Amino acid sequence: MNPVDREAMAWALRRRLGVALAVMLTVLLLLLLRSWYLQVLNHEHYEALARNNRARVVVQKPERGAIYDRYGRLLVTNTPSFALALVLDDVPDLDATVATVAALLDLDPKPMLARARRERRNVPYLPVTIRENLTLREVSLIEWAHVAGVAVIGEAKRHYVFGQSASHLLGYVGEITEAQLADPRFAGVLPGTNVGQYGAEARYDESLRGVPGGRNLEVDAKGFEVRELARTPPIAGEDLYLTIDLDVQQAAEAALAGRAGSVVALDPRNGRVIALVSSPALDPEEVSRGVTSERWKAISTDPGRPLINRAVQGVYPPGSIFKIPVAAALLETLGYQEGFYCSGEHPFKGRIYRDWKEEGHGHINLHDAIVQSCDVFFYTYGRRLGIDTIADYAGRFGFGRPTGIDLPGERAGLLPSSAWKKKARGEVWYPGETLSAAIGQGYVSATPVQVAAFMAAVGTKGTRFAPGIRLGDWSKQDGRFHLDAPRPLPGVPLSAATYGILNDALKGVVHEAKGTGHAAQSPMAVVAGKTGTAQVVAIAAGVDRKKMDTAPPHLRDHAWFAAYAPADAPTIAVAVLVEHGGHGGGVAGPVARQVIEAYLKNAERNVSDDALVATLNKQHQAGGEM
Amino acid sequence: MFTVDRRVLEHMDWRLVALVLAILALGVTTIYSVTPQWSRGGTPLFLKQCSWAVVGVVAFVVFSAFDYQRLLGYAHYFYWATLALLVLVESLGRVGMGAQRWVDVGGVSLQPSELAKLSVTLMLARYFPERITAAGFRFRDLLVPGIYVLLPFGLILRQPDLGSALLVVFVFGVILLIVGLRRRSLVWAALLTGMGLPFLWEFFWNSLREYQRNRLLTFLNPGADPLGSGYHVMQSKIAIGAGGLAGQGFQQGTQSQLKFLPEGHTDFIFSVFAEQWGFLGVTVLLLLFAGLIACGMDIAMKAKDLPGMLVAAGVTCMLTFPIFINLGMTLGVAPVVGVPLPLMSYGGTALVTTMAALGILANVHVQRHLSLYR
Repeated sequence: MNPVDREAMAWALRRRLGVALAVMLTVLLLLLLRSWYLQVLNHEHYEALARNNRARVVVQKPERGAIYDRYGRLLVTNTPSFALALVLDDVPDLDATVATVAALLDLDPKPMLARARRERRNVPYLPVTIRENLTLREVSLIEWAHVAGVAVIGEAKRHYVFGQSASHLLGYVGEITEAQLADPRFAGVLPGTNVGQYGAEARYDESLRGVPGGRNLEVDAKGFEVRELARTPPIAGEDLYLTIDLDVQQAAEAALAGRAGSVVALDPRNGRVIALVSSPALDPEEVSRGVTSERWKAISTDPGRPLINRAVQGVYPPGSIFKIPVAAALLETLGYQEGFYCSGEHPFKGRIYRDWKEEGHGHINLHDAIVQSCDVFFYTYGRRLGIDTIADYAGRFGFGRPTGIDLPGERAGLLPSSAWKKKARGEVWYPGETLSAAIGQGYVSATPVQVAAFMAAVGTKGTRFAPGIRLGDWSKQDGRFHLDAPRPLPGVPLSAATYGILNDALKGVVHEAKGTGHAAQSPMAVVAGKTGTAQVVAIAAGVDRKKMDTAPPHLRDHAWFAAYAPADAPTIAVAVLVEHGGHGGGVAGPVARQVIEAYLKNAERNVSDDALVATLNKQHQAGGEM
Repeated sequence: MFTVDRRVLEHMDWRLVALVLAILALGVTTIYSVTPQWSRGGTPLFLKQCSWAVVGVVAFVVFSAFDYQRLLGYAHYFYWATLALLVLVESLGRVGMGAQRWVDVGGVSLQPSELAKLSVTLMLARYFPERITAAGFRFRDLLVPGIYVLLPFGLILRQPDLGSALLVVFVFGVILLIVGLRRRSLVWAALLTGMGLPFLWEFFWNSLREYQRNRLLTFLNPGADPLGSGYHVMQSKIAIGAGGLAGQGFQQGTQSQLKFLPEGHTDFIFSVFAEQWGFLGVTVLLLLFAGLIACGMDIAMKAKDLPGMLVAAGVTCMLTFPIFINLGMTLGVAPVVGVPLPLMSYGGTALVTTMAALGILANVHVQRHLSLYR
């Protein structure tokens, strides 16, 4: 190659080098444009992503409100406990992390792994609890090991101070369910939170639960806290003050002595629930802690049916207690009846309706018929009145309709009428059925709370209130306790004479020689009451009613006793039901008496609403928490 | 003792020196901003990098004073020695980050693949000028240089070091385009490459480690697996984007400071820089790089002879390719192939090799002036 060619060659190469340089600079320019795209055009998007990376909201659960009785005695509170939790977003390898922790604590990793898998949720960075009730040693081991994504969280656990006492009234808490999460009433409640699932815990969950707070943290790539940016303190739930008197509640539970049944005690002057027992009880702490599905199955299929709140969900024939509204109807329509003769049986349409007293009550009047609980008297006059008149009067006293007590799941019971039968069964009402209804058997059924509310209405001569379990709350304005106003229901304006006769008769039941309710007599007050027997099997079924006390337990009748005291100015109305307790007076009467006495012992504290409020305010000032 | 000719300093390309020192300084400060200081024990990485920079400056000075034509005379010794080192690292190299890249020579860890880039460039600059014709190269003329390239390419790919392997091929390709191919040969080359591609791909894919395959796959869809292979790219883009126009400031920026961005002082140093200094800083940095590339090409164009031209062009390509790949990777437009950013990323061998290559470039400039006085 000669020098000229060489020079030409060199120029050709220089030209190509120039092209190469232009291409390279173009590539650099494109990279710069890409940088412009990311940094200027999409800056906000990426800045938000960067913020998301480092910013984290750690939820702080609020403390659930405590529950007190009417005198400010602590019934339900929270105790601290430590739980092992995973922040799944920070866990690089679930199996490895759980294995590490399990080895550290010398535990079986399988159940923890299963819980972590099951509880995968869509709320980011919400710790998922995989083991509760850590010991302090376990807590320090975990804190020391500093495993990414593993956290110890302090949890407040529900503590029911008096164990199983008032368990159906207080209820229990449980982790919020999927259905509840979708429910607007639980708006703002985070997954994994315990909410009220039963009883007062459920009914007043909204005020008890409080509002969660949060800490805005800056975290590093491993999820460890770098610093706190902001903090919204959680708002603790409000304390709940119940109307119940713990002394009466426990007296009622002791009086039932483990027998299945229910006790409801109300203040007739305002409907406040003084005691509400359903037996057998449950262990609210066990259920609140969360039980295995096997254990839950065992509880829910228990033949004693502890999950039923018998006070509001148990429906039983009211038995002879129903004779009171029948007597009221009789007094208001046909007037007072005298000179009735009871032979012990009442033939009607080819069938003989028997009295509980085989030899009969002889010559009696209406007063005696109630005192001695004569069946034949009420067969006779019940038929004369007709079912629809009975239903009218009984309905005014609240039978067949929920009382409106502030507890979940209340049932209405049943108050039959000819219209009801036509509608529900498509049949006409047979007069024979009126005979059963007149003594509170057959179709008629009621819950203990209905019976208690009914007795309260009789005691107050027709003034009715919906039973309430909430006493009141601390006002945010003046910091003082304010009682909830009673919730009045339509009254039963019968004549004063009618109420006077009923009151005398009910006093007679307890205090007269031939009365069926002697067991309820108390030296502390005059008690007005009525026994009742709810038939489990029909009389005709072959069980000898005289041998009821020796019959197999599940065939024995339910025993009722309903009362109010002091008879002329009642401050308490009680309904007692003992399942398969046989005759009402003997078994249920003493329970009612013990409840009444326990309540009247606290009489000076119950003198007035002002006294009640003063007690609470004094306690509050003295140090608040009791 | 080696002495530097005074004329070397007189005719030194000070534009080049200024650009290199500026980029080096930016690199060291960025490393300083994201790595632990004395308090965490051990020598801070930015100080180590400073000492490597000093070694690099020495290498620069040495090579800028060393006549490139004499250097090209030794090119084949250098080439075969490098090849021997590559075989050595294959058999007893140290494994780091899942790949065999380092070999200890006299107490110093060396990355032979770094040396290989330079030796292949020199080998090609020596091979082509003697054979160059106005008509361009025929296809069969490429057999010998092709083997020169393929030998180290295969060995580097086996380590595996995808970035360095591709760089060697890139330099070869650019040099071929500059020296010129016949039109028919270009067609042949394209055809053969086309036919050989599946086989090459097979070899290429099989030689990759699992993580490299994932990187290539997630390059196509980085959002699919935010905590896996695509994580690096996502975090890098977030860091750069969060920088905005003016940046978060020196030692600021949560992406790099809180370690959401991995490898902030090595492969992803650009992302850290971009988060701290924003688009304005990026513009300055890219202008510096553009100046460096333009300076290199300018030296090539003005070289006094063909070997000088090819050496300068080859060295410039050798520097440019990793800049493109690294920036493309951090900006999310190229696969994550683990290529450090020249002159900025932490790493001794790469820095010293780059500085030596720049020294050769400077010498091409110097020689042009020296030759005028001869």
